[in-house]
Amino acid sequence: MIQTVLDILSIRKDFPILNRKVNGYPLVYLDNAATSQTPQKVIDTIVDYYSRYNANIHRGVHTLSQEATDIYEQARQKIQKHFNAAKPQEIIFTSGTTHGINLVANGFASFLKKGDEIIVSALEHHSNIVPWQMLCERTGAVLKVIPMGLDGKLIMAEYHKLLSQRTKLVFCNHVSNALGTINPIEEIIEAAHKVGAAVLIDGAQAAPHIKADVQKLDVDFYVVSAHKMCGPTGVGMLYGKEEWLNKLPPYQGGGEMIAEVTFEKTTYADLPHKFEAGTPNICGGIAFGAALDYMNAIGFDAIAQYEHELLEYATKELLAIDGLKIYGDLKEKTAVISFNIEGLHPYDIGSILDKLGVAVRTGHHCAQPIMDFYKIPGTVRASFSFYNTKEEVDILVASVRRAKTMLS
Amino acid sequence: MSIKEIQEEIVDEFSMFEDWMQRYEYMIELGKSLPMIKEEYKTEDNIIKGCQSKVWVHAELEGDKLVFTADSDAIITKGIIAILIRAFSNQKPKDIIDADTSFIDEIGLKEHLSPTRANGLVSMIKQLKLYAVAYQTQLN
Repeated sequence: MIQTVLDILSIRKDFPILNRKVNGYPLVYLDNAATSQTPQKVIDTIVDYYSRYNANIHRGVHTLSQEATDIYEQARQKIQKHFNAAKPQEIIFTSGTTHGINLVANGFASFLKKGDEIIVSALEHHSNIVPWQMLCERTGAVLKVIPMGLDGKLIMAEYHKLLSQRTKLVFCNHVSNALGTINPIEEIIEAAHKVGAAVLIDGAQAAPHIKADVQKLDVDFYVVSAHKMCGPTGVGMLYGKEEWLNKLPPYQGGGEMIAEVTFEKTTYADLPHKFEAGTPNICGGIAFGAALDYMNAIGFDAIAQYEHELLEYATKELLAIDGLKIYGDLKEKTAVISFNIEGLHPYDIGSILDKLGVAVRTGHHCAQPIMDFYKIPGTVRASFSFYNTKEEVDILVASVRRAKTMLS
Repeated sequence: MSIKEIQEEIVDEFSMFEDWMQRYEYMIELGKSLPMIKEEYKTEDNIIKGCQSKVWVHAELEGDKLVFTADSDAIITKGIIAILIRAFSNQKPKDIIDADTSFIDEIGLKEHLSPTRANGLVSMIKQLKLYAVAYQTQLN
């Protein structure tokens, strides 16, 4: 029995989409690792922005522009406070995690030389591998990979062997999107710093569950997306230590990012505007702030505890199904279950679940190297959020059983 | 039978089902009767792109008619390709090229028709028609 620390029924009322029916069944939304749902407060913030103070920021002298600027900058401060960054200018608004990663990769192109090394983990999302491959092609740097074990954990002894004076950057996700594994980023960061390498952590999968403290972690860069933490799509943040952000060249040219322009020379704006060329996703940034307010009002400790209870319950119930195998470690992970049933294709299971109103992800989860490692075409991934219930876990399990009967 | 007649027959069969469960169960059955592609043709080249599951299709001329064989690693996908092959196999390339595919709509599989769906039904139809175009050129 789940000893709920949260009033889930009241929380669910905050999410209008959870009342939807899909194919005649009540929606059971278990694809939270891809996109989380949006509470009414965040939706209201978006409507309010366009209804009352939609204007371009940082430029206008008129009231609407000043209001929009103030609230946008307040959102930056909320994000700064949430991740405990030392200064607001260390928070760069991006279009999402992928944008943040590319911004850093592009910046490093001007420092790297032939023979330098970049280390990435074997647990990465595609988007996390491609920018580094492109960077290596451009600079002659070499990409090294921290291998993973069958338990879905990184083999840390191998990581320590890979580190050397040649290592310039280490890149790893805080939590794996395909398996939910929580990586030992404290150890990764500390060891990288000993050889003078910078560390970029992809916090996209961690941020909805774990409140990262960037100063305590002593991480150089940390990236997240708002849409995985109750915010809108198309917005995210890059945290960078001020000294690093000052060192990196601008990523894109345009308005906002300049101080002075003549045809002879342009001087760049100070942080954070140097990296925020053009009109940003103003409404998105503001709604991101509102999403953090919403989650913090519930509290990350309570969220983590409740999701862990859901995870344990779902793991136990799913494992009772004959032939069902869960990939990755069962303990050090967020509320994600990546599984297969012997002899069945994940796509078939996902199709039947959808027909029963249960939304899961199927496929390789943009992490093909991990699927290759396990020699499987993909998995069914159920990912839980704090608004999911034990009853929904029961529906998932019953639906998986029904799919199994139909498909076998 | 002409492609149109076979399609009408399939639509008739599917009209007997009351809900999606029965339709899917029938599709899974059809998948099991799929004319199997020979192992030697299950190559990377014969994989249809755009499917979340793997689908292999092979085509060869028998007289003036085109015969398809296929396989997939997912059962529902196998059912879908089996329906397509039943409608289009053993037909003249010209007729395959000209054939209408709206019967998919009528058998309640419309959701699979969207080009963005991961099962790639659209890619499968396109591939069958591409084979027909290629063999039509050969026949000319």
